[in-house]
Amino acid sequence: MLSEIEREAIAISLKVAGSAVGWTLIPGIALAWLLARREFRGKALLDGLLHLPLVLPPVVVGYLLLISLGRQGWLGQWLDRLFGIGLPFTWQGAALAGGIMAFPLLVRAVRLSLEAVDPKLEAAASTLGANRWRVLATITLPLALPGVITGTLLAFARALSEFGATMTFAANIPGETRTLPLALYSLIQTPGQEDAAARLCALSIAIAMLALLASEWLARRARRRISERDG
Amino acid sequence: MTRLHKTDSHGLALDVTKRLGGFALSAELTFPATGVTALFGASGSGKTSLLRLIAGLDGPDDGSIRLAGETLVDTRRGVFVAPHRRRLGVVFQEARLFPHYRVRGNLTYGMPRAKRKRDTVKGPGFDAVVSLLGIEALLDRLPGTLSGGEARRVAIGRALLSEPRMLLLDEPLSGLDAPRKRELLRYIGQLAKRIDIPILFVSHVPEELTAIADHLVVLEHGRVRAHGRLEELLLRFDLTEQLGGFDAASLLEAHLVGHDERYALSTLRLADGQTLAVPRVDAPLGARLRLRVPIRDVALALLPPERTSFRNQLAATVARIDATPGGTGIGNDEVAENSAVEVGLRLGDQPLRARLTRKSLDELGLKEGMSVIALVRSVAFAEVMV
Repeated sequence: MLSEIEREAIAISLKVAGSAVGWTLIPGIALAWLLARREFRGKALLDGLLHLPLVLPPVVVGYLLLISLGRQGWLGQWLDRLFGIGLPFTWQGAALAGGIMAFPLLVRAVRLSLEAVDPKLEAAASTLGANRWRVLATITLPLALPGVITGTLLAFARALSEFGATMTFAANIPGETRTLPLALYSLIQTPGQEDAAARLCALSIAIAMLALLASEWLARRARRRISERDG
Repeated sequence: MTRLHKTDSHGLALDVTKRLGGFALSAELTFPATGVTALFGASGSGKTSLLRLIAGLDGPDDGSIRLAGETLVDTRRGVFVAPHRRRLGVVFQEARLFPHYRVRGNLTYGMPRAKRKRDTVKGPGFDAVVSLLGIEALLDRLPGTLSGGEARRVAIGRALLSEPRMLLLDEPLSGLDAPRKRELLRYIGQLAKRIDIPILFVSHVPEELTAIADHLVVLEHGRVRAHGRLEELLLRFDLTEQLGGFDAASLLEAHLVGHDERYALSTLRLADGQTLAVPRVDAPLGARLRLRVPIRDVALALLPPERTSFRNQLAATVARIDATPGGTGIGNDEVAENSAVEVGLRLGDQPLRARLTRKSLDELGLKEGMSVIALVRSVAFAEVMV
């Protein structure tokens, strides 16, 4: 049913987007908690930096990644020498680019839901003998779960559709970094591949719809659990 | 201000100052290790701020708090025990039940692990608390479906099951209707009798504290105005305004000795043998009751009046007369304030206060030591003590 190119593009896309979200979930929740619950110097600056990928042209992000993490980049040289890791032109590099582009969406959604959790409930839990971690695990996170789910799926969808930063930093290498949007772009550039391009386009829409529906369903389930779960 | 007893190593001893915006709290106090202590004052007097300092939800600017000899806070020595290590059960004004746990889950949230497996490792067990508070039927419900009174009871149970060394109740009755209030007050009263945990009860409603408190701390503008045993403070004319003003009342203790079903009345016997008829009290014969007698509902006569609707005529002795006007809290009306006098009576050993007009006082020619008849129009609140 699916052609070799399509299957490969979907597999790479899921791998890239999945690891992009997987690696940013915990830091994203931690950062969201910091922004929602703590006051500190430079909070506004951090908030601004965090939102930068949302407003910058993706190509700029890709270019910044390239000059810092490229083989000649200051961070890239160091990574190469110490660990033998080279990120540009690999699927891990694509995941990094996708993760950075998706990060603001994840943090925003989680932060909003954390801010909606009543600190009075957390104070009540602490008077009942719960330390900070137990409060986080049993009160704060469960009550913020719908937002965490929404943020995760939103970030996943954003990483899945990443084009500019990925193209710039990880390039368009078949079997390595050619995700769905990149494969579609290649087909559009090739004469006589209009049908294949249309199929890929339809596939993209289907995957995006699935992700959205899944997010809605999970978030609704989580909200119901908040009001129904047994201790 | 009353001097505190620094040697009391069982109760709670605090000496703190805290500035909150334009408001300054400065309190030096000891609470006894048993019974119910009411922390009383108008809103804005610093009651809740003080409770938050004790619970560890805020830290004082300066000072120390010690419970049973253990230092919870000492700013000079840099000690601050986190709230979750203080083992103080707090019941907040707004119940604060966890919406994603059922009542059962809320109740067990603060229970020590050992206790969850076995009943009564220490203190009352799950079943005992549940039945004491009458919440058996609520265990599988979600907090969102509970009424205000039910939610408060669950919150009290939750705090109690965390094996607290002291129970802090912050206006637990606010926002409830009168029957719920009375019911919850009865539960708290029973709690205090059955469970050996000191209770600190924050309130600005005189009826609540006269119903269950043993000790009283009166806060005013962030400072301790008075503290001591409830009965003693209720006799202080200078506190009348704080303790209810126009609604001020004295307390009488009595035993239930009979019911008159036809008129729905109950007969109570005071310690000196005199009896009172009150609207039917739902309690077993022999029960000890605490009565609240509003001082404006006590009239005085020199001879027993005949043909009167006053059911209750009690022989009493005039113990003292407070002729200084003002502070009776009748209102801002200067004339009204100047026209009222307070008379302290004795019924055997029990004190009773009456308020009358200065004119009546002069016409009756009342003097300290005179025998009079106290006419009690109503008994506002009867609390079953045992």
